[in-house]
Amino acid sequence: MREIDVKLITEKVKDLCMEANTDLGGDVLEAFDRAIEKEESPLGVEILKELKENARIARDERVAICQDTGFAVVFIELGQDVHLIGGDLKEAIFEGVRQGYRDGYLRKSICHPFTRANTGDNTPAIVHTEIVPGDRVGITVAPKGGGSENMSRVVMLTPSDGISGIKRYVVQRVKESGSNPCPPTIVGVGIGGTFELAAFLAKKSLLRPLESKNPDPELDQLEFEILTEINKLGIGPQGLGGRTTSLAVHILMMPCHIASLPLAVNIQCHAQRHKEAVI
Amino acid sequence: MTQPIRLTTPLSNEDVEKLKIGNRVLINGVIFTGRDAAHKRLSDLLKEGKELPFDIRGQIIYYVGPTPARPGQVFGSAGPTTSYRMDAYAPALIQKGLKGMIGKGMRSDAVKEAMKKHQAVYFAATGGAGALLAKRVKKAEVVAYEDLGPEAIRRLEVEDLPVIVINDVRGNDLYIEGEKTYRKG
Repeated sequence: MREIDVKLITEKVKDLCMEANTDLGGDVLEAFDRAIEKEESPLGVEILKELKENARIARDERVAICQDTGFAVVFIELGQDVHLIGGDLKEAIFEGVRQGYRDGYLRKSICHPFTRANTGDNTPAIVHTEIVPGDRVGITVAPKGGGSENMSRVVMLTPSDGISGIKRYVVQRVKESGSNPCPPTIVGVGIGGTFELAAFLAKKSLLRPLESKNPDPELDQLEFEILTEINKLGIGPQGLGGRTTSLAVHILMMPCHIASLPLAVNIQCHAQRHKEAVI
Repeated sequence: MTQPIRLTTPLSNEDVEKLKIGNRVLINGVIFTGRDAAHKRLSDLLKEGKELPFDIRGQIIYYVGPTPARPGQVFGSAGPTTSYRMDAYAPALIQKGLKGMIGKGMRSDAVKEAMKKHQAVYFAATGGAGALLAKRVKKAEVVAYEDLGPEAIRRLEVEDLPVIVINDVRGNDLYIEGEKTYRKG
């Protein structure tokens, strides 16, 4: 049994909140470059170049890529041979978020659903904990902006809708979202499981690096087909018209009930932010 | 591409009438920030027949909730937020003389009608380019609703803030036209 002080988790979460919000991943920057080459709209090319320049400023000056520094979504992979000491895991994560959003000059965007009163420190965070083999703790911080989250949906399709029904729904969701979620987007798709698990899978799929292959060849093909359809819509960068509506479609799937075909679409803006650490 | 048009606030009817969808515009002068909670309060004031906390005639409202500024920074990251959430409140403000709005995403028919009727335009700034846009803000101060934090109304002095005309006074919409141009099949 390995002992880990939760203070270490607080420190890591704090650092990851700041890094994720200021340092856009290399995979996203490379996706911008590829899109610039392919984009037919001159205005679209200008936007993509602006996004690259914005990422450079954010990294160099350590300022937020986007003012919506999001809901802090934290994925914990807790090794079953770890014994956490020194306090409450959830509180340690919240404290890391508090410190990261304070010291990183990040916006506090969490409020009471009715009164809209801001909680003031960007907590609570959303924490997804999974128990895994081993004696390590994996931490991923993925700040999620409101604009693209608002365009996301969960739907319970009927089994007869099948693959074509799934494709149609995802493409239609992107079409109806138009310019709202800050295209070019990444489209996270969760298929199967239950109502809540489909949404979780869609969210988790966004953590996969862009341009990496889906390990399931059937899903890899489906991702390609959906992305091709999406990029025929013409929405383009920022919805001003163009070829680059989405940079990628990512799918995670698991078995579902014989009566159901749950489908979740979690739309992610181009500021696809996530950073990982292992203790 | 054509050169951007430089505009200085406050805007006159002539300023906005010459703008066409797809025009790139560099905004100079004073603009005001406001998003969900501030709009609700402005709307309540109008319903009660009270004065707004700033003279809205000829002005531009930027839908933005910035990050806190770092020491040495004039303004924190400041990209636009999605505009449809302000659609319920915008027509009344346009009627009061608001000439421009900066945000992202499509507006409702009611807002587009109000823009046509009272000569106002809707601009988009690049969503998610918060670090880049912040550098164009030269001065910032809170003018109302400090308790709202990032949602407070701020008076900004901007230099060459880059935006694109989405809706002009003739009822055209770049989101609709742009998508039509590039749609396949």
